[in-house]
Amino acid sequence: MKDSNDFVERRARLRWHEPKDAYDVVIIGGGGHGLATAYYLAERHGITNVAVIEAGYIGSGNSGRNTTIIRANYGIPEAVRFYQHSLDLYQTLEDDLDCWIMYETKGIAWLAHTETQMRAERARSLLNLACGAETLMITPREAKELCPQLDLSGGGRYPVLGGSYHPAAATARHDRVVWAYAGGAMRLGVHVLQHTKVTGLLREGSRVTGVETAAGPISAGVVLGAVGGSVSTIAAHAGVRLPIRTHPLQAFVTNEYGGNFPGIVSDTELLCYVSQTERGQMLIGAEYDAQPSYSQRSSFSFLQHTAAKVTHLLHFMRDLRILRQWTGICDISADFSPIMGVTGVDGFLVTTGWGTWGFKAIPAGGEQMAQLIATGRTPPMLEPFRLDRFASDHTMSDPGSAGTH
Amino acid sequence: MLWITCSNCGRRPVEEYRFGGELRGAAASITDPVQRDVDYVWMRDNIEGVTTERWFHSAGCRRWLTLSRDTITDTVVT
Repeated sequence: MKDSNDFVERRARLRWHEPKDAYDVVIIGGGGHGLATAYYLAERHGITNVAVIEAGYIGSGNSGRNTTIIRANYGIPEAVRFYQHSLDLYQTLEDDLDCWIMYETKGIAWLAHTETQMRAERARSLLNLACGAETLMITPREAKELCPQLDLSGGGRYPVLGGSYHPAAATARHDRVVWAYAGGAMRLGVHVLQHTKVTGLLREGSRVTGVETAAGPISAGVVLGAVGGSVSTIAAHAGVRLPIRTHPLQAFVTNEYGGNFPGIVSDTELLCYVSQTERGQMLIGAEYDAQPSYSQRSSFSFLQHTAAKVTHLLHFMRDLRILRQWTGICDISADFSPIMGVTGVDGFLVTTGWGTWGFKAIPAGGEQMAQLIATGRTPPMLEPFRLDRFASDHTMSDPGSAGTH
Repeated sequence: MLWITCSNCGRRPVEEYRFGGELRGAAASITDPVQRDVDYVWMRDNIEGVTTERWFHSAGCRRWLTLSRDTITDTVVT
């Protein structure tokens, strides 16, 4: 299974289809969430008359523009349980889909430089343990053992007082996750339509009955908006308004680091996180840009600020060179938690608000959305993340966890 | 980089400003007062294209300004 040529050969064997006039389910957006939903619809519920419609090529949006970190150490109980379930699904995904996604458990150390941050990490650790995700407090010495390259004085400016450690945190190769779900879904009969842009929604009265595409209309029993970025535009076609702002998020990789950097290091104060890719490059991500934008343009000021911060903690990175930077666009919801499920408009569902935490949620998001579509009832795990939580004042505020990733 | 022209300070880089949100009032089309409040507090137009926004010149004259920006290209339009 762990053969890289195999990945290419599987892709070559996939069968692509011309669009039909009608499907039971049409999913807008061929990213991780859309494709995972299609896969679980077919695999768990036997619903195979499904189309996933993607404007570009699959995984070309934010599924391919993240930093691939998978973890469950969130800040509210509902989120911890959801992401822990997603992490559990990820751990068996290679066997379930018979596809090597390069899943690697690395552990994430979350460093604190002030007493306030230590208190926040302690609270997070206790909450995580209570909700079934293992997060432990670590001393500076333990942090140094986990990451020998770390300067505990933080370059004299950011001394490490300690932190929390989430041993189950992992990374996986993002395009492989996307293609694994696409392949799994397509082998079960799902149609994946690439390079097909959805330009509007078909409506009968208040109900959504399909999508308008550049290649003509396609009717559907249920339409799921699973796009990253243009979700407000898609939802507006159905008359649905969302508490979403779309921001760019930048990341970069360096050239190959000769040493071994086995874990993931994160930091709320410096708003950055660092891991080593399977190629040996150092991957650095940060907070999303302050002003909303759909532009995937990168900026020099981001490189400057982030590199300056990271090198305080990890001096070896001063000798590395920046190889590549990129920008994804994140749908940030008003309470920094995802929005999944019914919208109040018949026939139209959304899975959105995936901000900077979408990649890790792909298996659970897909599985639960598929269950909702198949049964017509919101599964208990999705109940807290319904769109109508804003109207009923039951928001899922989790900005601390959204600070990075 | 995004440059923003302030009526007091002239053309200055975006780093000097703070984003203050999209400019809009309560939705006139929503008649139910509670629903209108929900919309005003939580919902966003989040326009993919030209949008009107408030910005605060925090590292300059510290005054608010209103501008139109294309969110697809991230450029100011006049």
